[in-house]
Order: sequence, then structure tokens, then C-alpha cells
Amino acid sequence: MNYPIIGYILGWVLLFESAFMTLPCVTALIYKEQEGYAFLAVAIACFVLGFAITRKKPKNQIYFAREGFVTVALSWIVMSLFGAAPFILNGDIPSFTDAMFETISGFTTTGASILTNVEGLSYCSLIWRSFTHWIGGMGVFVFLLAVLPMTGGYNMHLMRAESPGPSVGKIVPRVRDTAKILYGIYIAMTVMEIVLLLLAKMPLFDALATSFGTAGTGGFGIKNDSMAGYSILIQAIVTVFMILFGVNFNAYYLLLGKDKKSAFKLEEVRWYFGIIVVCVLVIAWNIHDVLGNAFLALHEAAFQVGSIITTTGFATANFDLWPQLSRTILVIIMFIGACAGSTGGGIKVSRIIILLKTVKQEIGYFIHPRSVKVIKMDDKALDKSTVRSVSAFLVTYVIIFGVSMLILAFDNLDMVTNFTAIAATFNNIGPGLELVGPNGNYSMFTPVAKYVLMFDMLAGRLEIYPLLLLFTPSVWKKN
Amino acid sequence: MQIIVVGCGKVGRTIIEQLSMENHDVTVIDTNSSVIHDVTNNFDVMGVVGNGASYGVQTEAGIEHADLLIAMTDSDELNLLCCLIAKKAGGCNTIARVRNPVYNNEIGFIKEELGLSMAINPEAAAATEIARILRFPSAIKIETFAKGKVELLKFIIGEDSILNNCSLIDVAKSIKSEVLVCAVERGDDVIIPNGSFVLKHDDTISIVASPKNSREFFQKIGVETHQVKNSMIVGGGTIAYYLAKELLNSGIDVKIIDKDHARCEQLSELLPEAVIINGDATNQDTLMEEGLVHAESFVSLTGIDEGNIFLSLYAKSCSKAKIVTKINRISYDEIINDFHLGSLIYPKFITAENIVRYVRAMQNTVGSNVETLYKIIGNKAEALEFLITADAPVVGIPLGELKLKDNLLIASINRAGEILTPKGKSQIQVGDTVIIVTTHMSLHDIKDILRD
Repeated sequence: MNYPIIGYILGWVLLFESAFMTLPCVTALIYKEQEGYAFLAVAIACFVLGFAITRKKPKNQIYFAREGFVTVALSWIVMSLFGAAPFILNGDIPSFTDAMFETISGFTTTGASILTNVEGLSYCSLIWRSFTHWIGGMGVFVFLLAVLPMTGGYNMHLMRAESPGPSVGKIVPRVRDTAKILYGIYIAMTVMEIVLLLLAKMPLFDALATSFGTAGTGGFGIKNDSMAGYSILIQAIVTVFMILFGVNFNAYYLLLGKDKKSAFKLEEVRWYFGIIVVCVLVIAWNIHDVLGNAFLALHEAAFQVGSIITTTGFATANFDLWPQLSRTILVIIMFIGACAGSTGGGIKVSRIIILLKTVKQEIGYFIHPRSVKVIKMDDKALDKSTVRSVSAFLVTYVIIFGVSMLILAFDNLDMVTNFTAIAATFNNIGPGLELVGPNGNYSMFTPVAKYVLMFDMLAGRLEIYPLLLLFTPSVWKKN
Repeated sequence: MQIIVVGCGKVGRTIIEQLSMENHDVTVIDTNSSVIHDVTNNFDVMGVVGNGASYGVQTEAGIEHADLLIAMTDSDELNLLCCLIAKKAGGCNTIARVRNPVYNNEIGFIKEELGLSMAINPEAAAATEIARILRFPSAIKIETFAKGKVELLKFIIGEDSILNNCSLIDVAKSIKSEVLVCAVERGDDVIIPNGSFVLKHDDTISIVASPKNSREFFQKIGVETHQVKNSMIVGGGTIAYYLAKELLNSGIDVKIIDKDHARCEQLSELLPEAVIINGDATNQDTLMEEGLVHAESFVSLTGIDEGNIFLSLYAKSCSKAKIVTKINRISYDEIINDFHLGSLIYPKFITAENIVRYVRAMQNTVGSNVETLYKIIGNKAEALEFLITADAPVVGIPLGELKLKDNLLIASINRAGEILTPKGKSQIQVGDTVIIVTTHMSLHDIKDILRD
């Protein structure tokens, strides 16, 4: 393990966090809020600490996959610690556990909240909560790689540890350029949404917070009723952008290039839209009787499906009260999640496709035991190691899910609450059903259960392995 | 620049490493996905799995925007096809590795008709380098600049040499020859020395001089300068063939030992003047029988690196021959250097050097082109030859007043065929070519020698 380089990169992460914190500071200045001093203090602390660490470059700059994974996991924890500090200092969320839960929920773009009255928060805390979604959505390291002049082929280890999907590739030969393109698309789309929301007569502060929440597919609302209070037009704009941010960003890069057609041929993107269309239609038909209006049913179904499959977690209606079929579909698409290479969470559509194809292949072996069949995606044969890692991912996923269920059971809440609470945090969605439904929150859990859910959120965002590596003793040995 | 490299073997990998270190956008194509996986993990490059001669695969690798395609697969035919398709698809420059002697003889025609920018033959290049060393066995490495008018020679200072414990100023005073010491390797360090630097025994020093001056210099310090009279070559591969041909042309007797009878017959047909021995060189008796003790030079060129090292160690122990060892694959330079085997030849580095030189020259559309480039010491120091054009910021200023970067030396000025050893008052003029020795990598232009 190359400890100096891990420390050095952590130093840079702190510097970036202090830069990000200028946004709530400016907000506090505009609204003349006392709470802003806490952000200023933490930003300065991050800057001083980060500056001191990064002043000296470590001699040995070589690092490998395990250092990359450990650095990313540690950075996310350190970022959350410093990100939570202002909430505690300014008294908006006085308890350490709750502040950590809220911040981790922010950075991992989950959007699960322990707050019973969101509207009671100061503006600077509200914007910081939403901004953590935006930072966590595309990832801190992708940003770091785009901005910092780091050389060497090792940087890919950082990107691979942070970016979601079964096989993380580059879109252009160099890591730095890839990171720049990703952030370029990300920023452009965010700005587009802000402008459209402003045109739909949403106040600037709300438009910013909502756009950050949508872009990162996070889902922190700044109102107690999430998005329900806004006009149909605003809700429709948010629906469209939620779904767009759940698309693999490679598709946008292809759209910008010459060969625009190939963007529409991506298998994962086709499946993604296919699933959305089917789910929206079925739910719209199912809730049609409850709402009594076909257009409204379609609108509500589209918003909720878009919100859940992209793992955003905004809500316009209390879907907990919908018929059982709709509730079940929503829970199922919680697990499917968005596309790989997007800002969304979940198991990812591409993994689901690969798993289904593996099942088909397995059935084929029963019919023709000697048959040879290669699993293909986008008309290209998939690496055996990719297929294997997807299966291993699912197994690990199920195990962590089971263990979390077991620990949460100590709280003696009902099964649906526990199950959907874990599903909603592990898949970075936010609201689940029953007690943690759109109108509920996570405040009734005991601290132990909250830490389990925090682990699940981080594990879900970083796709499990970086976090598990932290708990593997042999990683920390010198050799 | 956008560069596509097809084929990721030993040579391909070395090139990829060099080019990605010099900040080019490199895309690698190989049919083997595990090789691609490995190379994308280690270098900042993008990988595409597929057949490099396929138009679809080349499109995926971005041939439309590529500036250069380098085909380095095992097969000459595939390389040529890759280049041909790339030329038609993207109109980019192309470099192919062509090693079959049959094609090599017709390379001019092939280059012309297929529109290749460069054809590279690692075996022939390695053979040329070995032949150069055997013509001047006191040096362990010789590179030439300015069409052979300037040479860069590398040799080791022996314990009884008069250079031992001698500062460079004293060397200039006592020996009075127009020779410049431009780089010194001591242990793992590479030093670009100044006048007060004191040489020690076991230092490997590189000097720049005209051939005449360097011969004079070696005579003055008491080192023999005549070429070897005979050479024993173990392993009858392609390099051996090219080498034997060159050596025979300069009047050096050649003896080639190879295990394979059919190959021996082939060689005997191709090289009637050489003595071809069908035998196992790993057998000491064979070597003794063929007169290893009296051989003036011994070149191990078998396909097994470890075998070559052992053969050379054995030859060193029982003869006074000049020893040349070819190393294809293994990369434990530090350990191999400890064996003091004399001259080591790495065909993959020679090829990579040629390509990097071409790429740098390509980058300078106009201006002071890099004419020649050598890696003096692995990746630690380079010698470059620049052509000076009118807009170069170094023209007409006395060298003593130029603000040069540290660890950088102007080693020689070639003015219309006349070789000048630079002094503080010398000036660089338009049309000169100058040789720069430096530990700064990736100089592209003569202006890069100045401090920012």
C-alpha cells in the first residue's frame, strides 16, 4: 500500500470540498443568515488542511487498483465527515449521526432524509444538501481528474472505482479528456434544466436546488411535500430531466459526434427506455381508477417511474397509497436502477441485461449440453471476466442486503418498511414504502440502524467493492 | 496527436509507453482482450479489441481523426493491410513494421505504392547497430548524427585508464582534442557534467565528436580503435542474417552457429562467404571447437534472452572477445547491467526510438525539426539533433548568454558539413544542425532548450 499517495489525494479532495462549500457561503451572504459562518469555518478548515497535505508531492506516485479503490472509499467517508460538520455547528441538524446520515445521503445521491421539517432549515443548509447531490452524482474523482494535471496511466483506477457500471471504459484515449467531456455534458444539462425551470416560473433558489437534485439523481426536496406543490409543467420538466440523467453518458457523447445513429442503437439505452414505457403504461392503467383522469394518471405514473428507476426519489404523490400492482412495480424498478455510466444508482440496466442473458445461456446448456454460446452486448462478445463479475456483484449485493435486513430487524418495525428502507438506500433512491414512504422519513430508526443504512448508501454508490476493501485486513498490510 | 497502435506485443507496448508518456492520445487495437485489459490498466490509453485491419474496428478506434497509425503486429502482411486501409479510411500517416527480408528488399516500391510514411525493420535496425559496434569495439554503443559526421560513443572507464580521477577541464587540457563528454552514468544516476566534474572508474561516459577526433581521442587515452577481424554469432535468425551481410561487406569474417539444420542450409545459401555451423551453442565443447578462445567478437542472438545472457557470460569468462548480447523481452536493466556484459542490444527500444523520432518530427509542421533522436540511457537521457531555421530564438546569440535549462548541453554544431565544438562565444546560425544532450524528455523544438 502506498499510504503517502492516498493521503496526498485525500488532501486534494479536501481542497475541492472547501471550494464547493463557497456556494452555501454565498447563499448565506445573500439571505444574511448566521448559519453561514459554520460553512465558512469548515471551508477554511478544509482548505488549510488540504493545502498543508498537498504542498509536498509524495516521491512514489505509482499506485495500483487497490490503492485506487481504498482512496475512493476513504475520500467519500472523509468528504461526508467534513460535509456534515456545518450542519452540526450551525444547529440545523445537531446530532452527529443524523448529520452524517443526511450528508452521506446527499453525496451518494440517495435523498433519504431524517428531517421531519425540511422547510425549517436555513437556505444555506438547504442548498448545500442539494449541492452534495450534484457533486456526488458525477463523482468527485471524475472532477479531480478533469481539473488536476495528474499524469500516468494509474488514474484510471480512481475513475473505475467511482464510476458505476459493470465495465468502466473511456470515451476518448486519455482519462483527463474523458473526465472533462463527462463534466462538460453534466454541467450543460444542469444549466439547461435550470433555465427551463426558470422559464416555467420556478423561483431561482428552488430551480437551483431542484436541478442539483435531478442532475445527481439525488432527490432531496426543499419542501415538505417534495415536488407535489409545483405546477404540472415544472413537474413535467423534472420528469424529462430525471430520465435523461439516467441515460448512459456515452450516448450523449455519441450524439455530439458524427455518428448520431449509434447512440440510439445502444442496447442498454433501448432497454432502459423500454422498461420505462412499459412501467408507465401499466401503472397509469392501474391508478387510472384512483385518480379518475387519464392524463393525470399518465403524468403521475411517468413522474414516479422516472423518479424511482433513475433512483432520484422526488415525489409528487404518495405512491404508498397506490394499488398493490403499482407499488410492486415501483419496488422492482428500484432494484433495476438507471444505466451504467449515468448519475443514477441501482443494480444498473446493463447488469440486468447481462444477468438475463446468462440465465438464457444456462437454460440453453440444459437443452444442448455441448453448445457453445458467447454472451454479446451491442453486438460485441462480452469478456468472460465481465460476466463473472456481474454474477459476483449480484451475490455480494444479496448478501449485504440480507445482513442489513437482519440488523434492521432489531428495531422491530414492519417488514415492508425495513425491506424498502434498505432497497431505497442501497439503490440510492430515498423514499420507500410504509414508514419510509414519500410522506415519511428515516428519523425513527435507532442509531445502529442508521449506520447500517449509511453503509448501504455508500456501498450502493461505489458499487460495493471499494467499501468492502476497506474492511479487508490484508489490504492494509505493508505488502 | 491522435495515434492508433495496432498490435501490442513487446515492441508495440514499448511504443505505447513512450507515446502516452509524451502526452499523445493513443488508442490501441489488439485481438487479445487480456492484452488490451493489461495495457489500459497500465497506461493512459484507450483499448479496442478486434482485428486492426478491419475498417469497422479502425473506425471504432477513431481513424477519421487519427494523425498516425502504427502497425506492429507479428505479421508483415497484416501490418501492410492495416496501413493501406487506414490510408484509405482516414488519410492519416502510417508506419508499418516489415521484417521479412523479401519485402525488405523491395521496401522502396512498397512504401511508394501503399503510401506508407515509414517502414520499420527492427531486425535490420538492430543488425546495423551491432555492426557499428563491431567496427569500433572499444565503445559499448555508437550512434551517428549529421549523416555520420558526428558520433556519440559510449564507453566504460577502466580502473587503469588515465581518465580515472580526472576532472573534465583537465581532460581537455591534457588531451587537447575536440571531444565533449556529454553524459555520465554512475550507478543509477545520470549526470550531464560540467567542467569541474571528476570522472571515476566504472563510470559509463558518452562523448560526442567527429569520427576522426574520436579515434584520435581514443588513441591518446590508450584504447585500441581498429575493427574486429572476426565474429562468432550464435543463433541464426533474421538479425544474424542482416548482421552477417553487413559484417562481410566490411571484411569481417563471420561464423554463425545454429541448432536447426534447415536454417543452416538456408543461411549457407544466402551467405556463401560465411562459415555456418550446425550445432548446439549451449554445449561448451561446440563453442571451444569453433575457437571461441580466439574470437575477437561474440554476438549472442538466440531467441531466448536468458540463454543469450548465459552464453555471453561464458564467452566473457573464457575469451577476450568483444561481447554483444541481444535482449528481446526481459526488462531487468539494472540487474543485467551488473553483469558488465558490454554492449546490450534491445531491438524493441531501437524501434520505439525510430518511431518517437518520427512522431516528434511530425509535430513540428514547420520550424526546427528534430532530425535525429537517441535515447542515450534508457529513458533517462536523450540526444537530439535539431535543424535551425530563421525563426529559432537561439540564432545569433553567443552560447554563453543563452539561458539554457539545467541538465542540458549543446554538444555539437554542424555548419555546412564542418563540425564545431561549441564554446561560450560560438553562435548558432540559420541552417546549422545542433546536437543537444539532455535529461529533459520530450523536447520538440529548439526553443524548448531555453528556460521558460
